[in-house]
Amino acid sequence: MEAFLISVTVFVLAVFVGFEIITKIPSTLHTPLMSGSNAISGIAIVGALVAAGGAGHEVAKYLGFGAVVLATVNVVGGFLITNRMLAMFRRKK
Amino acid sequence: MNANLINSAYLLAAVLFILGLKGLTSPRTAVRGNFLGALGMLLAVVATLVDRQIVSYELIVLGVAIGTVIGAIWAIKVQMTAMPQLVAAFNGFGGGASALVAGAAAMMPGAITGVPEIQVYVSSALSALIGSATLSGSLVAWAKLQGVLHWQPRGALLRFVSGGSVSAAIVFGTYYAIEPEAVWVFGALCAAALVYGLFLTVAVGGADMPVIIALLNSCSGLAAAATGFVLGNSVLIISGSLVGASGFILTQIMCKAMNRSLWDVLRGDLGEAAASASKEDLYTGRVKSTSPEEAALLFETARIVTIVPGYGMAVAQAQHAVRDLANLLESRGTEVRYAIHPVAGRMPGHMNVLLAEADVPYDRLYDMDTANPTFAETDVAIILGANDVVNPAARDEPGSPIFGMPILDVDKSQVVVVVKRSLSPGFAGIPNMLFTRDNTLMLFADAKKALQDLNREIRDI
Repeated sequence: MEAFLISVTVFVLAVFVGFEIITKIPSTLHTPLMSGSNAISGIAIVGALVAAGGAGHEVAKYLGFGAVVLATVNVVGGFLITNRMLAMFRRKK
Repeated sequence: MNANLINSAYLLAAVLFILGLKGLTSPRTAVRGNFLGALGMLLAVVATLVDRQIVSYELIVLGVAIGTVIGAIWAIKVQMTAMPQLVAAFNGFGGGASALVAGAAAMMPGAITGVPEIQVYVSSALSALIGSATLSGSLVAWAKLQGVLHWQPRGALLRFVSGGSVSAAIVFGTYYAIEPEAVWVFGALCAAALVYGLFLTVAVGGADMPVIIALLNSCSGLAAAATGFVLGNSVLIISGSLVGASGFILTQIMCKAMNRSLWDVLRGDLGEAAASASKEDLYTGRVKSTSPEEAALLFETARIVTIVPGYGMAVAQAQHAVRDLANLLESRGTEVRYAIHPVAGRMPGHMNVLLAEADVPYDRLYDMDTANPTFAETDVAIILGANDVVNPAARDEPGSPIFGMPILDVDKSQVVVVVKRSLSPGFAGIPNMLFTRDNTLMLFADAKKALQDLNREIRDI
């Protein structure tokens, strides 16, 4: 129960942090914010790596493998496309 | 490796994510913000790989290689006009990955140590529910934006299927949390959630896409946070909830810009008042059309021109022609501004991305609140494939289904030139009386073609 409460505490505080840091966002950055934050949600890759490389159930390893592929596309593609968009915004000053 | 060291690395990664997201909220720090986010991700991955829980690397290397190739090629090759589809698809992959990790955890009950069993099961069910629905919902959004899916069911059947599937998913999820040995229940939960996601997005129409993409963005984060509860991993919980919060803020901004509740958007409803009078009666004899030659003369004498882009500009890929027009006018001493409605296009910030691709400096882009007071001093406003977001009915006609939606007050300009292929209504399905105003001229053509003709005529003057 204690572990659960710690996790909930972390969750609630992180939600507040999220709302606090993204209060004002210019519309120019709406798309980069989405693609950049989406790349961060690819953090599920951490769980995917453990599932795919762990000493466990065979089926679990293959589910983990699928998760590694999806999460990697998400992470690599997400950060790259965000960078590409921001480079366009930055080019002219 | 020492667990404390790994957890410290995760903490550092979480800090980098927070700094990264914070950076993404300001144009000056956005590039660095994105870099910090990527650095945090690299750190989290490396820390996980050296973890002793991992015994074999074959599947990992293969999976990361495949994912990197697909992700990199996709992100480098994609056209800027296809950005909404790309963002939709990536949201889905994030959700799908979370659901698969929850599935892997469900396959080996008891394998996760340090987390109460009931927490593992309940959050696995939640992660599978949110993640699967995000996956199928995003793929439907992708298919609709890509133009390969046109189906838009409404009404009782839709409500029955989406209500039924989400209820079934909740029942299966609860059952699974009580009886975690029953793996088939977990499969049934995922299947029901996939159906739910599908029917949730299939009802959403084109102009509502910005809302649904922001919502799916939020859900991909929540799914990751739920997976964090499964594994008892703080970095997943923190990053997932950050993304959940930022996606939710964007969802709210989009809903507010349409004056619609999230609930209305999800039902695909827009009131039934539309299509009362036939548009022929409303428009006959009251619409003035113009030609590129005639319009060129208007631009010739204008001091201030405001360009109002909409989805039509994206469809016609007219952003470069827009930039050419602006260059031409500026070389003649005309001041050119761009007025951007928050929900113009198919995703939050869609117009900004396209105009940036065409090298339009972002300080020329005015958001709605900044742009509206400037229309009174605008000589010519040119509307490129935008419709509902410039419909004065939203401001003036209390009976209109879109009444109350904030609009760009283009009708306050001296002259309004509307570039549009026909008089067909926009997404809301209602007539736009802007087209009949005395100061409005219609230029019937595809946006790109019209602008190219217009540019040629202006050069010839």
